[in-house]
Amino acid sequence: MRGATHARRAACAAAVALAATACGGGGGDGGSGDSGAVLSSSWGDPQNPLEPANTNEVQGGKVLDMIFRNLKKYDPKTGEAKDMLAEKIETSDSRTFDITVKDGWTFSNGEKVTAQSFVDAWNYGASLKNNQRNAYFFAYIDGYDKVHPEDGGDQSADTLSGLKVTGERTFTVKLNQTFSSFPDTLGYNAFAPLPKAFFDDHDAWLQKPVGNGPYQVDNYTRGNQMSLRTWDQYPGDDKAQNGGVDLKVYTDNNTAYTDLIAGNLDLVDDVPAAQLKNVKNDIGDRYINTPAGIIQTLAFPFYDDDWNKSGSEKVRKGLSMAIDRKQITDTIFQQTRTPATDWTSPVLGEDGGYKAGLCGDACDYNPEEAKKLVKDGGGLPGGQVKITYNADTGSHKQWVDAVCNSINNALDNDRACVGNPVGTFADFRSQITDRKMSGPFRAGWQMDYPLIQNFLQPLYYTNASSNDGKWSNQEFDDLVDKANGQTDTAEAVKTFQQAEEVVRDNMAAIPLWYQNGSAGYSDRLSNVELNPFSVPVYNEIKVS
Amino acid sequence: MGRYVVRRLLQMIPVFIGATLLIFLMVNVMGDPVAGLCGDRECDPATAAQLRKEFGLDKPVWQQYLTYMGNVFTGDFGTAFNGQPVTELMGTAFPVTIRLTIIAILFEIVVGIVLGVVTGLRRGRPVDTGVLLLTLVVISVPTFVTGLLLQLLLGVKWGWIDPAVSSEAPFDELIVPGLVLASVSLAYVTRLTRTSIAENRRSDYVRTAIAKGLPRHRVITRHLLRNSLIPVITFIGTDIGALMGGAIVTERIFNIHGVGYQLYQGILRQNTQTVVGFVTVLVLVFLVANLVVDLLYAVLDPRIRYA
Repeated sequence: MRGATHARRAACAAAVALAATACGGGGGDGGSGDSGAVLSSSWGDPQNPLEPANTNEVQGGKVLDMIFRNLKKYDPKTGEAKDMLAEKIETSDSRTFDITVKDGWTFSNGEKVTAQSFVDAWNYGASLKNNQRNAYFFAYIDGYDKVHPEDGGDQSADTLSGLKVTGERTFTVKLNQTFSSFPDTLGYNAFAPLPKAFFDDHDAWLQKPVGNGPYQVDNYTRGNQMSLRTWDQYPGDDKAQNGGVDLKVYTDNNTAYTDLIAGNLDLVDDVPAAQLKNVKNDIGDRYINTPAGIIQTLAFPFYDDDWNKSGSEKVRKGLSMAIDRKQITDTIFQQTRTPATDWTSPVLGEDGGYKAGLCGDACDYNPEEAKKLVKDGGGLPGGQVKITYNADTGSHKQWVDAVCNSINNALDNDRACVGNPVGTFADFRSQITDRKMSGPFRAGWQMDYPLIQNFLQPLYYTNASSNDGKWSNQEFDDLVDKANGQTDTAEAVKTFQQAEEVVRDNMAAIPLWYQNGSAGYSDRLSNVELNPFSVPVYNEIKVS
Repeated sequence: MGRYVVRRLLQMIPVFIGATLLIFLMVNVMGDPVAGLCGDRECDPATAAQLRKEFGLDKPVWQQYLTYMGNVFTGDFGTAFNGQPVTELMGTAFPVTIRLTIIAILFEIVVGIVLGVVTGLRRGRPVDTGVLLLTLVVISVPTFVTGLLLQLLLGVKWGWIDPAVSSEAPFDELIVPGLVLASVSLAYVTRLTRTSIAENRRSDYVRTAIAKGLPRHRVITRHLLRNSLIPVITFIGTDIGALMGGAIVTERIFNIHGVGYQLYQGILRQNTQTVVGFVTVLVLVFLVANLVVDLLYAVLDPRIRYA
């Protein structure tokens, strides 16, 4: 196997550079890890510049996850937000938070992580002139409207008035509304601290990002490869169990998978849909398929009167009951998705607000009832529904066709539903933004942080950033506001669930299925897991 | 000759402007690219406006085009959405694709022409029938099938090659992808050469050459082949451009970070600057390759002279 030796040689060369040993004896026992060995992993070219507040997709997020640690960290198993750099976060009114940063943390260039590191980073992320795609994460902080005017006019301030440094390791955050679960959002990448180097020489930082996480960037060739190496002086308790990670950009996830099978790549964190049938054969139990915080739904254009008249909630409910979710997830997705029975995700856990069966019979396949409901609701607008989706990524065509097929069968009408593909994701998004949808359309949601709030407010609150269907409901909004003000977590979750019931009663969006994260790995690796964001927990991977 | 070249070079100018304008308009028709930058959510209007301004998308299309062309002449091809200058993308992508194209062209020339000559000289014999059948198979099977099959067999089953090309993409790793890329054209080159050789074999000048008592190999290389190559050269010349821009499928299968991959990604992200930049360079390659082909005619056939 020329290919395999080739890869081992490369890995060894990298390991030698790190003055590590144990390269000669290939095919180790698999049990014990070699803390100096480097693994290779598939990667995609990040879409946006690699800055914490500018990264909103998984490929860039993967890197940030390795090179940054935030005030909180989401437990890779449970998703619970645990203190990382935060010594304590205190509040009396759920609006003003006093944050103390732990002592002893530095960036990998030696600079201390202080309260100022956070405040500077957050101000940078919020400021309109920096073009940060994730700026709206700071929208809860007082003074956001000054640094990021909604209408795109000139900003009248450069810093958020709600952020105040009160000591070397302490700062206060004042929000413009009560938001009791605010501390739990602070594990999100956008809230990462930034070193002075980021501001002093921004271009150099982008060439070789510097953070405070267990890995540091050793070498970055844009569009090709990023070599990350373990940072020896990392002060946290989640030190990397391996010598480093080489992220390799692949032109196609099928190629990455083939490379894994051939033994040239250690980890693929996106097994292509077409290969799911073979995966058991190819890599056996070195395949993981675990729930991730992703839900797929069908949203509706509520700006279109046809979908927003009395009785149309019956049509939507009827459509929901006409979809045989189980059959589609079994046959098309090979059980990498699970039929949805609420509007959140199982990764939240029951305490976090996930409630199986909240949707009730509206999410059960029932052709008879479906037919009746659609008829009661005045029939399908225009006699036909068109499900719009983007055809360029994610094998959406297959499931949209299957959903339509299911609807057609249930309603005994060959023309009840057709797919309406849009060429590119960008065009799909711009049609949604321009309110050009005339029927249901694909809506996917990957959580930013594991909170029930994140599955409801951005998607269904009036004029929220991801409320693509422009659904608006006073009762829902009131309940969300109430929940955000409740300091008792259990109580807040309960109120959010009440809000979710409002979504259900109106069938604001049809829940389809929960998406799993999937990954395959080589026999060199052990202890491979995916976190609830479907990103491999790199620092825990052991390489033999 | 000199005047001919100048005239051809001048003709390139309108072709160049027309081609870039068309591409520019086509990418623009695809819609607003900024909407795709914020994931599955709406960019907040202020940031979206700011981004549009940064990429010059807030201006009318004709103005965007003029600014773009103005910048191109100063060597500035704009910036991709990830903040990387397009010239930098070109700097990494073109060398890789050029290497791939060289290998593919070499395959076409060496294997294609040799097979063509052999079959052309042995028309109707088993060798001829066999090769003809083989080319028919190669032409009818889509490139991605050949590519995936070879990748699976050579890369995974037998382990002769790495299924994916590394980011440096040296020549030896590009041999199999180059063969896949060349396969269809190779079959065409074989068939073209074969027909041409078979036709010219019976022409007067070949008979004269044989009658003069020239050795066989000299008759074939100097007289027969030289005249028979004109259509083949035409085909290979235009194929250079097609191979460079059309390697999208092959590059994706074998993980080659070349022009095809950058174009594919540019189109998916609706990144006007990347797509127009790369296509502009490809248009130039096409034009120059065509010019070189036309000039080669004169070398090959003494009857053709450009005044």
